[in-house]
Amino acid sequence: MAHQVWLIARRSVVRTFRQPGVWIPPLTFPLMLMAVNSNGLRAATHLPGFPTHSFLAFFMPFSFLQGALFATGIAGTDLARDIDTGFLNRLALTPVSGAALLLGQIGGAVGLGIAQTVVYLGVALAAGVHIDAGVGGALLIVVLAILIVIAWGNLGLWIALRTGSGEGVQSQFPLLFFVTFISSINLPRNLISVTWFRDIATINPVSYMIESLRSLVIVGWDGEALALGFLCIFGLMAVSLFLSVRQLKVRMTRT
Amino acid sequence: MRFVNVAFAVAYRQITVLLKNPSLFLPPMLFPLMNFAAYAGGLSRLHQVPGFDFHGGYTAFQFVFVLLQSAAFGGVFAGFGIARDFERGFARRLLVAAPNRSGIIVGYGLAALFRWAAIAILLTIVALIAGMQVGGDGIDLFGLYALGLIFNQVGLLWACGVAMRFRSVQAGPLMQTPVFMALFLAPVYVPLNLLRGWIHAVAKVNPLTYIVEAARGFIEGQPTEVGMAFGLAVALLAVFAVWARTGLANAERAG
Repeated sequence: MAHQVWLIARRSVVRTFRQPGVWIPPLTFPLMLMAVNSNGLRAATHLPGFPTHSFLAFFMPFSFLQGALFATGIAGTDLARDIDTGFLNRLALTPVSGAALLLGQIGGAVGLGIAQTVVYLGVALAAGVHIDAGVGGALLIVVLAILIVIAWGNLGLWIALRTGSGEGVQSQFPLLFFVTFISSINLPRNLISVTWFRDIATINPVSYMIESLRSLVIVGWDGEALALGFLCIFGLMAVSLFLSVRQLKVRMTRT
Repeated sequence: MRFVNVAFAVAYRQITVLLKNPSLFLPPMLFPLMNFAAYAGGLSRLHQVPGFDFHGGYTAFQFVFVLLQSAAFGGVFAGFGIARDFERGFARRLLVAAPNRSGIIVGYGLAALFRWAAIAILLTIVALIAGMQVGGDGIDLFGLYALGLIFNQVGLLWACGVAMRFRSVQAGPLMQTPVFMALFLAPVYVPLNLLRGWIHAVAKVNPLTYIVEAARGFIEGQPTEVGMAFGLAVALLAVFAVWARTGLANAERAG
């Protein structure tokens, strides 16, 4: 099984990095948004109770989430293309297992996720962001960011298996973007004054993913934030993997 | 007359395609609503930042930005349609059949206007339900929507020029990213006087800043820099009309 995952993942990684149009926007766009928003929203640090004086430090974790969103699109679109071109059908004739297929398919997204995490973290550190949790915290940020990419990437695979088209995957992007925005991404939850927004942000797992990353940057080692973050990431991973495996069986039956 | 016939025929076809394909129509319609909910809901506390000098409430402050953003992107998304027409060969048949080819651009422009009108109506209704304060009178609101209309056509003409030069949907990021960046380098979340550092310097020379601030003045009932805003909007319209027309000439030469 490990060999099967390796073969499919290698193909996925090579395919992703051979197309600059696929990996350049996910690397640059979140950085541009980080530069613009961290300056545009700097005035928010004057609000009473805002947890840090640096909006860049507060906002930086958003880049990892945005990178994960791109991972959803990349993993989903690649699988949709494989469905469209009949590659998945040919693969179904080989002894490769469904789990290996799914794990391997997000290889490209994970490879890009690692590159994204290193670049975002490097740029943030170069821009003067101080990680309160130290070197260990920075390493944990990398681990969390990669796990988030895997969880969201699986969601992309499920959408691809369900819709069977790249357009179907892309059309879900605004919805996923909205889910990330309706969270504590721009302001801490206790500073969100609109009740319905704060309530949705409180039940939105994205808030806890962001807050776990953010806690390492601006608070230090916060056990509760980290536990909630890991819980939400593994929860999303389990749900999206379950849905993908189930949908893969349906698609294989159809073919 | 031939010009008008071509324009209406292209517009009629584009609008029909749009209405018959909810996957093309709905995401661009939902995206501004999601942005509006995320900004006006999640960031409403920002109006308490010392020096925030817009008195119409944060909902109205963000409504104006999202309205203008939807106008520009309504035009850009129409540009995707032009690129798709080239990929599928329809645009080449259109170039052969149309007795007046400038009418093609105007037809796409009318379709973009229809698309944005639907979005603007829906966004306005949602904003009013959300309790947006409107301080401006009828003339002010006419000015606000007129700026939106011009901005919509600027977005379309930019995207049209790109689509006709590249003749592929793969040029999509090139159509979107500059518009996105130009918009976000204007005062998005707080007024210009609250921006600090390089973003303040860039926003001060960004023509879109004048358009956004004038539009906010309209809804607040305190029109500001109206002549400058309309002058810049019309100048952008003229520049991008030339860009689109030379793009059409490029497509004609390519056959």
